[in-house]
Amino acid sequence: MRNLKRQLLAGPYLLWMTGFILLPVAVILYYAFTTTSGSFTFLNISSITFSVHLKALILSLKLALICTVICLVLSYPLAMILNGMKTKSQGFIVFVFILPMWMNFMLRILAWKMLLSNNGVINSLLGTLGLPKLDILNTPAAVVFCMVYDFLPFMILPIYNAMARIQTDTIEAARDLGAGTITIFFKIIVPLTMSGVVSGIIMVFVPALTSFAVSDLLGGGKVLLIGNVIEQAFMQEYNWNLGSGLSFVLMIFVIASMALMNSWEDEGRTGVW
Amino acid sequence: MKKTLLLLFAILAVFCAGCGKKDSPNTLTVLNYGKYMEPKVLDMFEEETGIKVEYEEYITPENMYTKYKAGAIDYDLVCTSDYMIEKLIQEGEVLEMDYNKIPFTENLEQTYFDFSKSFDPENKYTLPYFFGTVGILYNKDMVDATKVDSWDILWDKEYSDKIIMADSVRDSFMVALKRLGYSLNTSEEEKLREAQKLLIEQKPMVYSYLVDEAQDEMIAENAAMAVVYSGEAGYALEYNDKLAFSVPKEGSNMWIDSWFIPKSAKHTENAEKFLNFLCRKDIAMLNFDYVYYATPNIQVKEALDQELQENPTIFPPKETLDNCEVLKPLDDETTMKYNLYWKEIKSAD
Repeated sequence: MRNLKRQLLAGPYLLWMTGFILLPVAVILYYAFTTTSGSFTFLNISSITFSVHLKALILSLKLALICTVICLVLSYPLAMILNGMKTKSQGFIVFVFILPMWMNFMLRILAWKMLLSNNGVINSLLGTLGLPKLDILNTPAAVVFCMVYDFLPFMILPIYNAMARIQTDTIEAARDLGAGTITIFFKIIVPLTMSGVVSGIIMVFVPALTSFAVSDLLGGGKVLLIGNVIEQAFMQEYNWNLGSGLSFVLMIFVIASMALMNSWEDEGRTGVW
Repeated sequence: MKKTLLLLFAILAVFCAGCGKKDSPNTLTVLNYGKYMEPKVLDMFEEETGIKVEYEEYITPENMYTKYKAGAIDYDLVCTSDYMIEKLIQEGEVLEMDYNKIPFTENLEQTYFDFSKSFDPENKYTLPYFFGTVGILYNKDMVDATKVDSWDILWDKEYSDKIIMADSVRDSFMVALKRLGYSLNTSEEEKLREAQKLLIEQKPMVYSYLVDEAQDEMIAENAAMAVVYSGEAGYALEYNDKLAFSVPKEGSNMWIDSWFIPKSAKHTENAEKFLNFLCRKDIAMLNFDYVYYATPNIQVKEALDQELQENPTIFPPKETLDNCEVLKPLDDETTMKYNLYWKEIKSAD
């Protein structure tokens, strides 16, 4: 009885999961493997090999990778600095990092568009200082820049959490045994924060890979990511079958990258799965 | 146990609240382009007739088609562009309109019903709302005004990175096809490939591909030229007097946005009342002031001051219109070609 009660508590989530995760995925699968008239086909899936779609997928992978690497390079030292600070100021700094997330994602992208535009704030500032203009709006660089800006907290927080969990005893013990700073970093800090790094990478790479809004707004319609191709298939072409087929391929890439990252991680404690 | 049961009931209640489709006779569901009607008009209509209007918006005709075909909402009245209406008529999705129940139809100039014949040959399905052309909105300080009379200027290296193209398949292809001297409704593969080649060649010079935001970028002087609808140009001109508008001599696209009653309509009578309301002089005037596109409503046009009536940006002169073509719907195969070619342009370096 007691056990049943506990299981019932999961009921709402179960309903949620079936209604909003499992069913939609089933519908996507159905569309992905059928033609507009409803007969079975592999064409929607294999259309990923069309040069346009392949190009978009490769560009998405490339930008997502660049974005993840930049986030990691920025976050790791930052998390270390943060961890070394007094507890009181730590809370405040973490709060500052999360603060932008209180604002709507679209609004933040649009704000960057205004800032970066030809006659925008940044360029007029550079102009008055006699510096050359920054011409990155409507290029892949702007897309990566904004993705880094948006996804950075998702990298910092798990790494910072993993780091905060390292007992100072462990480090002191290592020091007692004669380990130098570099040895401590590579033999203790890095392995113990690996789980945080892995979740950080997944949490940045996956949304970066599937994003389409950033490239649409900051790419000026010139940067075609796989997400944009899918969006166009649904919204412009009224070809839900093609859109679903490509979504399915993208799902495989997402799952593969997650599996790859998780296989790296030992005894994942803060892992995503 | 009692608690868990209560919880379950609560969840069920929440789920069921969304289930039952309410269908009261005193409503009207309207689907229209974004920023295409003075919001006050809806309240005024409700006040006068007691009919509650559920108002929805979309961005491009293709979006409208997706929304309509999804079938989740039974729309009573839809406004969209010529070629999309023709497509829907061909698919049997449009109901015949009873103009006798819309007496204010007489306020609309016959000329525009004649233009409408290109997509509604017997004038029995649609009611024109606004119309206009597509042309180049340019900044007089940045662009040599003598050159804007031709689409060639959009391929001029001098304006590299200062050009805004339309982020819409048909409109962008229209520019390239017209520059080549072809019809904008062509389905010949060779001509389409030629147009695509031109657009790919142009891509490195393009600042961005936009639809609705093009006017804002031009007002902010972020670009020198943009391919826009005449109505948007009229709006932008109000905000920045360095801007001007030109419809190139090679010809362009003339579009008519019209209302139609779709097959999904549940409140046809309310839709007719609403259409009649829209054609009434005071309401049409309110909408004209808000949208600032050319109106087929003669009562409104005559009430405007002379200068505005003769403004070529808002009311395209007859010579311009004669040089323009109305978009026709394409067959499925050609649509697929267009979509593929467009993606190839978008992914080109």
